[in-house]
Amino acid sequence: MSTMLKFQVDHLSFFYGAKRALTDVTLAIPERQITALIGPSGCGKSTFLRCLNRMNDTIHGTRAEGRVLLDDQDIYAPGTDVVDLRRRVGMVFQRPNPFPQSVFENVAFGPRVLGTTSRSELEGIVEASLRGADLWDEVKDGLKKDALSFSLGQQQRLCIARVIAVKPEVILMDEPCSALDPISTLRVEDLMRELARNYTIVIVTHNMQQASRASDTTAMMMLTDDRKSGTVIEVGETKQVFTKPQDKRTEGYVTGRYG
Amino acid sequence: MMLGILAHKPANMNTARRYAVQRLGFGVLILASLLVVAPILFVIGAIIARGVGAINWEFLTAMPRDGMKAGGIFPAIVGTLLLTLGTALVAIPFGVGGAIYLAEYARDTWLTRAIRLAIVNLAGIPSVVYGLFGLGLFVLFLGFGTSIVAGSLTLAIMTLPVIISTSEEALRSVPVEFRTVSASLGGTRWQGIRNIVLPQALPGIITGVILGLLRAGGETAPILFTVAAFFLPRLPQSPLDQTMALPYHLYVISTQVPGMPAEIQYGTALVLLALVLSLNVVATVIRSYFRRKRQW
Ligand SMILES: Nc1ncnc2c1ncn2[C@@H]1O[C@H](COP(=O)(O)OP(=O)(O)O)[C@@H](O)[C@H]1O
Ligand SMILES: [Mg+2]
Repeated sequence: MSTMLKFQVDHLSFFYGAKRALTDVTLAIPERQITALIGPSGCGKSTFLRCLNRMNDTIHGTRAEGRVLLDDQDIYAPGTDVVDLRRRVGMVFQRPNPFPQSVFENVAFGPRVLGTTSRSELEGIVEASLRGADLWDEVKDGLKKDALSFSLGQQQRLCIARVIAVKPEVILMDEPCSALDPISTLRVEDLMRELARNYTIVIVTHNMQQASRASDTTAMMMLTDDRKSGTVIEVGETKQVFTKPQDKRTEGYVTGRYG
Repeated sequence: MMLGILAHKPANMNTARRYAVQRLGFGVLILASLLVVAPILFVIGAIIARGVGAINWEFLTAMPRDGMKAGGIFPAIVGTLLLTLGTALVAIPFGVGGAIYLAEYARDTWLTRAIRLAIVNLAGIPSVVYGLFGLGLFVLFLGFGTSIVAGSLTLAIMTLPVIISTSEEALRSVPVEFRTVSASLGGTRWQGIRNIVLPQALPGIITGVILGLLRAGGETAPILFTVAAFFLPRLPQSPLDQTMALPYHLYVISTQVPGMPAEIQYGTALVLLALVLSLNVVATVIRSYFRRKRQW
């Protein structure tokens, strides 16, 4: 295989307290590509995504077993700098969630907490990030305007710009379009394709068209036979997964007969 | 069809009756509100009517003379402002700091539960008990004597529960999501609190702080044994000085000095009332200003 692997997830299990949410997930995520996670609700897609930047750590009593290698380094190894990990592996959430501040402040937040203080430097980063998120032309005259005064689609692209501003290597997206109208959704998809030239993208989506249109690799997740925890049951090139699925359950799901 | 039949004439009469009941209900509620507000308005009105004649430049800026029966109440005004300031200096950092700890860092353990329980109970302790506590701890044990320091510390301890619980409430009302987003952008816990959570919670915190300080500024019992001077016609020279203060002064001239002109009593009450009400207005303005801006 010519592509490099960004993440190698190796027999990952995950627990919320006593409740097991993931069992034995093994998955490779190629660099600078879009990997889609699909599967029915509650099968652990969001949980898995949050394992990749250890956002689950913020929930009390959670525990992971197995290994998650980012560039061959286990991010669950003792001594990992979680704050820096989250800078490297950024996240876009389901509901657009800009801070209730100006557009500028939103995008500048990340660089600021990472130590950039020079105004001109910040302005440069903000412009580049907004351009990168395909939003600059719409907001360049309103950088001081409240972020919440923009449309949901614009807010979501603002959240993407906010992530880009910290120069991550990976962007995780958890159903980023589920609150958006179809046109805004298409714009975000175009943007993802654009971003995939520089970033590794992992997206959770319930939208089969979106997964088939916008991703390179698709991983299908399901609850395991005991019906209690999720795992990856099939992974492959997106076209392959959608046209010649290996697993009957994947076939049922992608053709809409299941889930 | 069914609805059409049902909504025929009887339904209209029914509607008229329901409106009548509603009007009656509103009438009763308005009356009840008036009953509550009337005494307050009456008291304020009486204080203004009988005290306003005493208010003049000398009254506000001069020392008391003739056994407090003449002259002004300047040292009491300054004393109350100083005590409020001293209270703020102690209560704000500890109160807001404590609230941040409880809302953002503390896990739910027996210790934090005990702390919360203590705070709730502290809020219910009569103020004279704080006064005695301050006398024991600050005046005698720590040796501050009856002084602005001892009085401010006592008032601060009395104010802390209010500030802590309102600030904690304000912090908790900021959606968890903002902390999550901040962390996901590589911010430390503290950076998220400092840059996002605190600014959002600030109006609530400010309101709580002002309400707490209002109470402190108007209290008599906690300063009785810790700082207040009966008659001290000069300004305090150091934080270890005693001082006069408006609430205690009002108590003194109302009960301890025979032959005190009523106008001076009401005038003093009016000044105290004006100080308290103006701070209250500030708190309300801040709150409504920020509430309009907030939109999640
Ligand atoms: N914070 C949490 N605490 C406890 N259980 C959780 C938490 N978040 C998710 N879960 C559980 O983990 C399982 C997987 O959830 P999730 O990852 O959100 O699934 P998906 O994103 O595929 O819908 C579900 O059974 C859910 O109830
Ligand atoms: Mg989910």
